[in-house]
Amino acid sequence: MCLGIPGQIVQIDDHVRKLATVDVSGVRRQVNIACIVNEEHSVESCVGDWVLVHVGFAMSRINEKEAAETLKILIEMGEAQAEMDAMRMSARR
Amino acid sequence: MKYADEFRDREKAQILLREIRQLADSIEITKKRPLNIMEVCGGHTHSIFRYGLEGMLPPSIELIHGPGCPVCVLPMGRVDDCVAIAERPGMIFTTFGDAMRVPGSKKSLLQAKAAGADVRMVYSPLDALALARKHPDQDVVFFALGFETTMPATAFTILQAEAEGITNFSIFCNHITIVPTVKAILDSPDLQLDGFLGPGHVSMVIGNSPYAFIADYYKRPMVVAGFEPLDVLQSIWMVLKQIVEKRAEVENQYARIVPEHGNPPALEAIGKVYELRDFFEWRGLGSIDHSGVRLKEAYARFDAEKRYALPNISIADPSSCQCGEVLKGVLKPWQCKVFGTACTPETPVGALMVSSEGACAAYYQYGGITRQSPADADMVV
Ligand code: SF4
Repeated sequence: MCLGIPGQIVQIDDHVRKLATVDVSGVRRQVNIACIVNEEHSVESCVGDWVLVHVGFAMSRINEKEAAETLKILIEMGEAQAEMDAMRMSARR
Repeated sequence: MKYADEFRDREKAQILLREIRQLADSIEITKKRPLNIMEVCGGHTHSIFRYGLEGMLPPSIELIHGPGCPVCVLPMGRVDDCVAIAERPGMIFTTFGDAMRVPGSKKSLLQAKAAGADVRMVYSPLDALALARKHPDQDVVFFALGFETTMPATAFTILQAEAEGITNFSIFCNHITIVPTVKAILDSPDLQLDGFLGPGHVSMVIGNSPYAFIADYYKRPMVVAGFEPLDVLQSIWMVLKQIVEKRAEVENQYARIVPEHGNPPALEAIGKVYELRDFFEWRGLGSIDHSGVRLKEAYARFDAEKRYALPNISIADPSSCQCGEVLKGVLKPWQCKVFGTACTPETPVGALMVSSEGACAAYYQYGGITRQSPADADMVV
């Protein structure tokens, strides 16, 4: 919950509500991207972004290398599995 | 030894540890007592135990595991309120998985579920809202908890519910805020703290400026830290460096994630829907002024506390439980009377045993259950 998990935005689902599909190590689910969108970074330009996802919200953009390292640490800490299980459980209703 | 091999950059860790030792030796106080550095965030606590960082540090540095695990500081009375809501007929009560096993005075949410209440684990408040859409004839309540890291998620979900005109959705708001809590700890006479590791992901939302009082008023160094082992070591190094150079500043070790002024859309959503409570009760720490938020009057219809009659009784922690002392860093987890005996992750007495971010569970999992200090164990790099 507090550590979040890195994923990559693969498509925009809803421009108005700022919803996008994110891929977290093969698990896909919808997340809200309102926190990473601003005047310089439009909704469309989020596709391909690596982001840190907290409870269904992309909270921060990160680079790909950082995403990989963070995921590795989360796996070592046993946090990644729990997070991905929770995502899988409630993914794409 | 075994965890050190997994470091992102082992050599860098060794250099840092060497420099940390040198810096600590050059600090006058360490001749009389160890330096107390508090990590405020549960993510750091988990990382520190997982990688055996305590054991790698010189004995002149004590890490004090702070109250930064939102699940661990939930008071029993609030869990009882959750159970009371969940047991209402026709109710769908939704919660993050972490909160399922936190003991209430009679039962946990997991036990309430086993007894027939419709308690569902969700990954996101958005999933709770989706359930409300799917079951328009039932009430759906989301158990909102967490520091500023998860506060925006709940806020955006409320705004979405409002935009869609959803009427069968509300939240039981237990969001807490870090700054008054750190202040309460600094004002506590029990504890002499020399510096802080600041919470990375809370700061990603609120930025660094809310901590200025720690440096300006209390004259303590604060380094906002990432949660990877090297981040933690580097941040400790930065705290020591400040002490040696007689500086007290808020520094940002985690700049790759934490923007100086936080996340504007997240802060805007927070400002829109929440207001500070006069006080909020913390497990183990008691009541802390202005440490929690609730929904503003304009969003009262989404507030489960206003929609449903709740017991709302403050219940003292069991007398065997020493969570408060551990939270304040007065006791180490293994010094609690019931650690590893009556209190284990399977049968938690206190909430610090429930979540992997709680000091007791983290220590139980990685530190072994024998009552020995990790410094005695062979974990030196
Ligand atoms: S061992 Fe259990 S009761 Fe004791 S401080 Fe830890 S969580 Fe609380």
